Amino acid sequence: MALITPGFRGRRRDGGVELPPGQYPTEDFPVLSAGPTPRVPVDRWEFAILTETGEKHTWSWPELLALPSQTPTVDIHCVTKWSKLRTNWQGVSLDLLMENVESAADYAVIHSYGGYTTNLPVEDLLDGQAWIAYRFDGDDLAPEHGGPARLLVPHLYFWKSAKWVRGIELTLADEPGFWETAGYHNYGDPWLEQRYRGD
Amino acid sequence: MKWRVATVVESRAETATARTLVLDVPDWPGHLGGQHVDLRLTADDGYSVQRSYSLASPDRVEIAVQRVDDGEVSPYLTDVFAVGDAIELRGPVGGWFVWRPAATEPVLLVAGGSGIVPLMAMIRARRAAGSKVPFRLIYSVRTPEEIFYADELRRPDPGVDVSYVFSRKAPEGARRPVKRIGLADVTTHGWPPDFQPSCFVCGPTGFVETVADLLVAVGHDPSRVKTERFG
Ligand SMILES: Cc1cc2nc3c(=O)[nH]c(=O)nc-3n(C[C@H](O)[C@H](O)[C@H](O)COP(=O)(O)OP(=O)(O)OC[C@H]3O[C@@H](n4cnc5c(N)ncnc54)[C@H](O)[C@@H]3O)c2cc1C
Repeated sequence: MALITPGFRGRRRDGGVELPPGQYPTEDFPVLSAGPTPRVPVDRWEFAILTETGEKHTWSWPELLALPSQTPTVDIHCVTKWSKLRTNWQGVSLDLLMENVESAADYAVIHSYGGYTTNLPVEDLLDGQAWIAYRFDGDDLAPEHGGPARLLVPHLYFWKSAKWVRGIELTLADEPGFWETAGYHNYGDPWLEQRYRGD
Repeated sequence: MKWRVATVVESRAETATARTLVLDVPDWPGHLGGQHVDLRLTADDGYSVQRSYSLASPDRVEIAVQRVDDGEVSPYLTDVFAVGDAIELRGPVGGWFVWRPAATEPVLLVAGGSGIVPLMAMIRARRAAGSKVPFRLIYSVRTPEEIFYADELRRPDPGVDVSYVFSRKAPEGARRPVKRIGLADVTTHGWPPDFQPSCFVCGPTGFVETVADLLVAVGHDPSRVKTERFG
């Protein structure tokens, strides 16, 4: 699929599967939320991508399920220091959802049912790094874990993986979200321990 | 934002260590000065990396790559990649660090090294649009030999004032001592804050941090200071 770049070898770095600094592994799945759990019936569920020019792309629940899905197995890292290794998900890649979205925006604000928001650079949503996930460990995603669907961006602290995801707003300027305005780090790379503003 | 296949149609040395590449990209939607593209390189075993490069021209897909000696990608682009070769490209990316030809406020451009590239696109866009908005460029490079677009910047472009900051070696007769950019450079060759200029600062992260802090310290409104960090 990818076009080969003749003569390009690159410099591989081996990916040792260690925990990011300050994290401990956990077997269970802690629940941490900024508020009460929203209950969103799937017949009223909708997911939207809104561009900086106001163009809106939407998917209903059946439309989302009809798209080709992927089953990533990924490590996840919570800013409260637990990491959960090799978690199994099913969902739709953001690459697919963004494929026909024409946008020059550098930033995204993720909006959730319940009003939660979080921001991240658009490039962190692409290239096989992010999904709208609706199944965990073979089961429908439970409401306390963000069901019916949540964002999954495993390479950033898990507060960026917004539960009950409702939409993605593409913005030209960075707009910090709920935790980011409350003193958390704007980007949140677990390997750099970017927990709080100034880290 | 889909990946497209881009083919090199022109390649020329910009300096001894930097190269300008012009790419032909079918169905290119157009772009603004300041936007960039992402290039994707894939080895024959599937290993793949991406890098960003600013667009240097308002009307064609032109980039300029500075070789980083121990870099993974830039030595390939400057030394191996040649006319006729193809690469995957995505863009235009970035809609914040841009200059629009309809803008009317004065513009201050501050470039460090290859950070000149998107700022050159803005200067060229101004010329192409026949804009009369006054531009000032402060261009910091280590030595005179490392100046990109040297001939073009020497040619008179009414309304565009160019000044140089040399950090390692200055041309003969230069009055400014050789040193990194500082407060005096920004106050002497920039605009006073009450002119409310748009400021665009681009270069390596440390350079951008220094200059942006200086601009804010002398009174520029932080919301008018836009930055692009090349990492
Ligand atoms: C928006 C944007 C626009 C840009 N525009 C331009 C442009 O117009 N022209 C241009 O020349 N460049 C531009 N850049 C920079 C460009 O994307 C590349 O970063 C640059 O070409 C170097 O890439 P490289 O693969 O050669 O070097 P890399 O292999 O990425 O190495 C860069 C440096 O980092 C060090 N390094 C790499 N990996 C590691 C590691 N794991 N640990 C520690 N150190 C490491 C290397 O030793 C080297 O000194 C832009 C960047 C951005 C973000």
